[in-house]
Amino acid sequence: MSGEQAQAPRDTETEREPTAVTNGADAVVRALENAGVEHLFGVQGGAIMPVYDSLYRSDMRHITMAHEQGAVHAATAYGVVTGEPGVCMATSGPGAANLVTGIADANMDSNPLIALTGQVPTDVVGNDVFQETDAVGITSPVTKANVFADDPDSVGTDVGTAFALAKHGRQGSTLVDLPKNITNGETDRDPGAPTLPDTYEPPETADPDAVAAAAAALRQAEKPVILAGGGVIKADASEELRSFAIEHEIPVITTMPGTGAFPEDHELSLEIAGMHGTGYANMAITMTDCMLAIGTRFADRLTGGVETFAPDAEIIHIDIDPAEVSKNIEADHPLIGDAKAVLGQFADAMTGSPSTEAWLEQCDMWKQEYPMDYAAPEDAPVKPQYIVERFDEATDDDTIVTTGVGQHQMWAWQYWTWTQPRTWVSSHGLGTMGYGLPAAIGAKLAAPDRDVVCFDGDGSFLMTCQELSVAVRENLDITVVILNNKAIGMVRQWQDVFFDERHMASEYPWVPEFDALAEAFGARGFRIDTDDEVDDVIEEALAYDGPSVVDVYIDPDEKVYPMVPSGGDNGLFALTEDQL
Amino acid sequence: MSRRQDVQRRGLEGPRPEERTRPIGRRNSQGIRIDPEIEAEPKPRRTTISAYVKNEPGVLARVSGLFHRRQFNIESLTVGPTQNEGYSRITLVVEEPDPGIEQIRKQLNRLIPVVHVRELDSNPVARELVIVKVDGDEPDKVHAITEMYDGETLDAGPRTVTVQITGSENKIDDAIDAFKQFNIREIARTGQAALARGEEETARVEAKHT
Repeated sequence: MSGEQAQAPRDTETEREPTAVTNGADAVVRALENAGVEHLFGVQGGAIMPVYDSLYRSDMRHITMAHEQGAVHAATAYGVVTGEPGVCMATSGPGAANLVTGIADANMDSNPLIALTGQVPTDVVGNDVFQETDAVGITSPVTKANVFADDPDSVGTDVGTAFALAKHGRQGSTLVDLPKNITNGETDRDPGAPTLPDTYEPPETADPDAVAAAAAALRQAEKPVILAGGGVIKADASEELRSFAIEHEIPVITTMPGTGAFPEDHELSLEIAGMHGTGYANMAITMTDCMLAIGTRFADRLTGGVETFAPDAEIIHIDIDPAEVSKNIEADHPLIGDAKAVLGQFADAMTGSPSTEAWLEQCDMWKQEYPMDYAAPEDAPVKPQYIVERFDEATDDDTIVTTGVGQHQMWAWQYWTWTQPRTWVSSHGLGTMGYGLPAAIGAKLAAPDRDVVCFDGDGSFLMTCQELSVAVRENLDITVVILNNKAIGMVRQWQDVFFDERHMASEYPWVPEFDALAEAFGARGFRIDTDDEVDDVIEEALAYDGPSVVDVYIDPDEKVYPMVPSGGDNGLFALTEDQL
Repeated sequence: MSRRQDVQRRGLEGPRPEERTRPIGRRNSQGIRIDPEIEAEPKPRRTTISAYVKNEPGVLARVSGLFHRRQFNIESLTVGPTQNEGYSRITLVVEEPDPGIEQIRKQLNRLIPVVHVRELDSNPVARELVIVKVDGDEPDKVHAITEMYDGETLDAGPRTVTVQITGSENKIDDAIDAFKQFNIREIARTGQAALARGEEETARVEAKHT
């Protein structure tokens, strides 16, 4: 059915020159083409119809999603994988409102995204007409910038500016609200290439004196760590980070959005820190005397209580957004600039390496003391961590993993060995259940030659499973792995500890047969009940050329540990429930 | 590649929390390293922040939304055009500890239409205005107090007198106190408008933004 998409200019009875801009909608489409956009994700509707009509004559490919939430997550994931803003579109009213969760999600994780929403004609805006909602008002707190287009002559530049703002500086989501009379309004203006507004100048390099002072501090440190955040990946600075850490023998911890910024199979990697981070990373992050933090906003899931976060450490903080520096954790050395550029400056400013021999030994000791492991007695139900490990084993290093939110997300994060940037595609700050499947669709379209595996929970899958219809229609070779414990497992885990095991609204007395559901959608469905079936099913599911769903009945009692309770002390992470 | 295949899986192990090495220091709730012996929360102070912004629809909504969303304590907000067409000045009086004031400055700066933000020093040229409507029973006395505060009578009738007082925040507070004896019927008060004193520029902006 994908063949029905308009792939080339078509002969129609209109006299329009296919390439000429004749109205605002053409200008919108031209702005996207000028920006190099190849894919758009959206859902049709009344107020956005003029823009769709212009798309009819465009070579850009539009993927019709089942729900606007699917469109925005797919576009976000597309942006994460490509590094270019993903584009989603929807009509006014419910269309725009359904995008909001995903717009907030992308902005929270500083992912480049542009949302185009239809709007009712300007002469009736404010009259509460059919499918009217104040998209700019609703999304103001959850976008980097948004704008209500009010002139056919400038609507194309509005879109170009939104694109440039999503991409440059600290990335984020932007929205352009497109009233129908503006997109229908006459104009012949080609908006040209995307340009940033003249009030916005993202910093590039940091103050050299500040860099020199920070480098001197790091050189004198005895227990240094590098904390690599999502900013490292967004700035494409993973290579620079890698050579810097190796040259100066400094252990590296990644935040959740920073996952893949440094290869976890390298001996300097302490992997991941925070609420469900490794014991060794949490020990190191607590005991360090100097932290080089790059492109991170020191989110609460990473820091735990700020009072006990790296309390002995001098903090060097590289970030492109000055507002993130000293917001949660005070920086002794604020270095404002692009992570790649500043890391280059920093490497040049290092006059020698810190002596880290004893510290590296200590970190190794912690690795031996707190290995990541899970109990798997014989005859026990299938362990989710085992499923993650086997999929990791069966796929290439450049495989893209998407997830929903909850226990399955944490197991995937903990037990997959991350070695490359832009392979971990997840919802971090906002914690949006249902992100995984639409994200897998966006990721696969962004990287058609790579394997895409979505680890999902039964709860997360149920939130957006209708997008399976899109994966089937587009024949996308993705594998959805449902770690099914018939529960909103993370909530239940918290109820066990903090609510005296009262499992209110966290358990499903019944869930659909997801394998049969997949088949009904036209995908392949598999089910795993025992360890013996695991490898064969994985092989078959990965081999199938199209979307497949693997429903794994996991041990419903499995929990996510280690765990630092919300606001807790990273150094006191609990290995088991009784330590909380 | 998975980490540990074909090994005995025993679950998580390791020294218990109380057996672990511990750091010495501590941070306060602002994330600032402190001496735990003399831990004290920074005290809020009142100050004036001035922002020079491009006139774009929604800029004021974005500013006020920001204050609500980030829970900054705002005392007053005024906005008005400047001598440069297309640009406005927003003056904010806030009460926050130092880290909060710094965050306000940075967060305002993140807004795309904001060209320049700064905290004015302790002694800016600052004024606000109040219009007070009181009972008209004692017009002479009302007039005398209005004179004392260099005010102006805007409207006087048999039942009400309405006056205007301009000045610093303190002066206006005092004036309102003084008018209470006449039974204040209604008050309308602007926020503070302020400029940096003397040669100092309130906003240093490039020529393209003038």
